[in-house]
Amino acid sequence: MSLLQIEGLGIDFGGLRAVHDVGFSLKPGEIVSVIGPNGAGKTTLFNMISGVYAPARGRVVLDGEDVTRIPPHLLARRGLSRTFQNLQIFQSMSVLENAVAGHHLHERGSVFADLFSLPAARRRSKASEDSARTLLDRVGLGRAAEQEAGSLSYGALKRLEIARALALKPRVLLLDEPAAGCNAVETEEIDHLIAKVAAEGVSILLVEHDMKMVMRISNHIVVLDHGEKIAEGEPAAISRNPRVIEAYLGAQATEVQNADG
Amino acid sequence: MPELLQFLLSGITVGAVYALVALGFTIIYNASDVVNFAQGEFVMLGGMITFFAHAAGLPLPLAALIAIIVTAGIGVALNKLAIEPARGAPVVSLIIITIGASIFIRGATQLVFDKQIHRFPAFSGDQPILIGGATILPQSLWVIAGALAVFVCLWLFFTRTLIGRAVLATANNRVAAQLVGINTNYVMTLSFAMSAAIGALAGVLVTPITLTSYDVGLALALKGFAAAMLGGMGNPKGALVGGLLLGILEAMTAGYISSQYKDAAAFVVILAVLFAMPQGLFGRKSTDRV
Repeated sequence: MSLLQIEGLGIDFGGLRAVHDVGFSLKPGEIVSVIGPNGAGKTTLFNMISGVYAPARGRVVLDGEDVTRIPPHLLARRGLSRTFQNLQIFQSMSVLENAVAGHHLHERGSVFADLFSLPAARRRSKASEDSARTLLDRVGLGRAAEQEAGSLSYGALKRLEIARALALKPRVLLLDEPAAGCNAVETEEIDHLIAKVAAEGVSILLVEHDMKMVMRISNHIVVLDHGEKIAEGEPAAISRNPRVIEAYLGAQATEVQNADG
Repeated sequence: MPELLQFLLSGITVGAVYALVALGFTIIYNASDVVNFAQGEFVMLGGMITFFAHAAGLPLPLAALIAIIVTAGIGVALNKLAIEPARGAPVVSLIIITIGASIFIRGATQLVFDKQIHRFPAFSGDQPILIGGATILPQSLWVIAGALAVFVCLWLFFTRTLIGRAVLATANNRVAAQLVGINTNYVMTLSFAMSAAIGALAGVLVTPITLTSYDVGLALALKGFAAAMLGGMGNPKGALVGGLLLGILEAMTAGYISSQYKDAAAFVVILAVLFAMPQGLFGRKSTDRV
């Protein structure tokens, strides 16, 4: 039973076929990586799945429901959340407020209770705050909770964005280059974090350039080139697939085979 | 002494008007970083629609309610027809669109209504109230109470309610707001409706004192904008304090120096404050990551 099913997805920009007839599926708790050379259409694919772009062809099915062309804020409510390659953080809010913002989706309260700061409203915001702090601890930002988000390092912001996405309690999490711009230690932390989240049953779709990381944590890999799927399979099979090596891995092939072994 | 008190009272009255206009700016600014220069037209519409509805035979409270609702509708239309289609345009372009919208609303008002100056009766009569040798009109108390009430409501809205926080989140980062499940189109529509309604309320309250006609909006928008900048754009507390300060400054200058200099004196003080504190008295320092 697949949680997220992508069927024949495609979009054109002007006359350019950015993505064409891409399909694959994710089971609960599975980590699937989308790889491909720059410009292969990975981020475009992500944007279609997460409702930022409306696909011209194909369907996105989340847990049996067709969610094609549903805007991002409604997808977030249905349990699909994502991070961006270029960060989308509330820069002028504190780290804690950013994480709390993710929780508001699951708060149910009335404007009346909020306005008069009734005990129910206070309990609710206390619960959100506690849960946000737990998440921040989990991504290693517990101590930075009160800092302004804009003052954090790039790697820390990447982790904050993951924490905020997790606060939405997603069933499917799309991560667009979570380790880009991070140092080796930070990459390894993110690596562990992703594996732990997947172990809890969240399906993870990953776009990442760090081949070692991709080979290490993915259950399944989808390879794009010029907007089309040219291969998919287990990491070991992908790293030996001659079409993949030709299209993408090229000089990196040996490196990948080493990482694999 | 009674003289000083008199200037203070009239300053507070005028200041409350500026504060109401400035408070109208805060919501749209908070949701989108756009300074809506059509805000003054909302004030004008509040007064004009109330006058014509009242003249048509409706009781004043009902006429005022209709004016506020219709103006809120016009605010929503402004967002849907002019701002939303231009989404993605830089903030400066959006601000210029609001200037265009204000000229359009002014022209349309001339055609739909007329070019006369209008007034409707004050809510609680015109008998001045004596306070320590100075006098104040009952309608001034309505204006001051209105400004305070709107301020308290806005402050609670932005600090306590989820939807208020959603408005702030949308201004900070629209994409991130969508990611956490905020319907940003709804937030924008709501902000325009609320700003327009606050503007119309201001128009309803001040018309018995200041009178209204199709072209009063621009001057009010400029003064309200100055008040909001002085207090710190986007902060309800700043709008209230900025408005009152500006009103008192004007009244004092008019009283003790010359009424010809009242605008100049006010703007000189604003410039001086902004030199020292570019973000205004209560504004937040802005941070941009590049």
